[in-house]
Amino acid sequence: MLRALVLPVSLLLLWEFVGQSGLIQSDMMSYPSAVAAAGAGALLDGSMLKATQQTIVSALIGLLIGGGIGIALGAWFGMSDAANRLGRVSVEAVRPIPSVALIPLAMLVFGFGYGMTIAVVAFACIWPALIITQTAVKQVPRELLEVARGLELGWVRKLFTIVLPDVVPNLFTALRLAAGVALIVAVTVEITANPQGLGYALIVAQETLHPDRMFAYLIWVGLIGWLLNFGLLQAQRRLFTRWDIA
Amino acid sequence: MTARAFLLNIGSIVVLLLFLALWQFASVSDLVSRVFLPPVTDAFDALWRQVEDGSLLQAILGTTGRMLVGFAFAVVVGCGFGLLIGLSPTVRAYIEPSLEFLRPLPASAIIPVAILMLGLTKTMIIFVIAFGSLWPILLATIQGVKSVEPRLFEMARTMELSSREVITSIVLPSAVPDIFAGVRLGLTVSLILAVITEMMSAEVGLGANILHAARSFNSPDLFAGVITLGLLGLVINAIMETAQRHLTRWQQDY
Repeated sequence: MLRALVLPVSLLLLWEFVGQSGLIQSDMMSYPSAVAAAGAGALLDGSMLKATQQTIVSALIGLLIGGGIGIALGAWFGMSDAANRLGRVSVEAVRPIPSVALIPLAMLVFGFGYGMTIAVVAFACIWPALIITQTAVKQVPRELLEVARGLELGWVRKLFTIVLPDVVPNLFTALRLAAGVALIVAVTVEITANPQGLGYALIVAQETLHPDRMFAYLIWVGLIGWLLNFGLLQAQRRLFTRWDIA
Repeated sequence: MTARAFLLNIGSIVVLLLFLALWQFASVSDLVSRVFLPPVTDAFDALWRQVEDGSLLQAILGTTGRMLVGFAFAVVVGCGFGLLIGLSPTVRAYIEPSLEFLRPLPASAIIPVAILMLGLTKTMIIFVIAFGSLWPILLATIQGVKSVEPRLFEMARTMELSSREVITSIVLPSAVPDIFAGVRLGLTVSLILAVITEMMSAEVGLGANILHAARSFNSPDLFAGVITLGLLGLVINAIMETAQRHLTRWQQDY
């Protein structure tokens, strides 16, 4: 545990020393105490929280839309072999498009604002959700499906009483991975083109030559990503201890 | 192939054609404004025009060129340091927690830092691509090396293998699947970063092209660019899948 801290602490100290000593004179130079002060300032005047809220809201709505589409398609493709095969070429035609390639299109359609980020995030979140759900649904034990057939359940009841309860832990995994993607894509869209949120705050700090504020936002973004990942992992362990988590 | 599978494969292509027809109809009938959604035929005409006047090739070469240079740096550094860190439990205890903390940081978040330090230059772009795609490769290599079966090392000791032999004949073969998964992810990241960095700078490339097309409300060119990027992603995936099968062939015998 102690050894884990050696590297970050000594790097911070070195950075502080080099920055304070004035060995390097530059507009881009900053040091940890200045970064901390800038971060505290941005936190107190509310600008950081506002940017955070804009990013989180975009990421969350995009995640819900994209994850929802991905889970629905995944469940459908997992339950029906015919649907899976019929949809394959269409899915494989769209899936390789890098999500960032849709930034200009989203900008054209939605203009600047939430819609643009949400659209790109949703597109990016479809794929991890689809693949994990489809794989999980395919692995639902054959015996359960035979029970469904024996009971002559329609596909809606089969989906909700047999298939979904069996794959709930996998759906959570799908959402967890998609959530990571959502945050990354949201920040990326904001950095690239959309003038709002944490990504834009990073760019503004850079353009106005405020390295201390820029590093403060960078660390904040990293912290949010880490907390999101950590929190969802913990939640998954708590919620699904009775299931085997792959 | 059974008759059913054959029919479904044909059907799959028909489904895609139906989607394209729907797109064409939506656009031609002005159900969706042409400003956003050009007819399919216009998009492919624009694509063909770009092929003919050579601008497409230039854009592809620009984007993939920067992508590959940055990616190559990432592979060398990521695999090299990954081996060093993965092989030593002591080094790992010092470095791994810091790396785990950096893992969820969006690769694009370092773009402002890079611009501040290097300006809107080609060096900045290469640096961002290399730095961003380094992480998945580095972390996967550490993971792969770390999980080498310990008894293999004991065996190597009894056989008195040199450390070079240990790496080439024990560590690398058993870590290759992990490393390759990281390299593959790294390549995806490098394409994404190549596209967005050129959107932000003035370099010629696919990303800059589509952003320019969107700004001038030229939706056929925009869609032509998105189609090209999709095809590029497809080709990259196909190459990586072939390479993966080739490199891990020995495992399938077990």
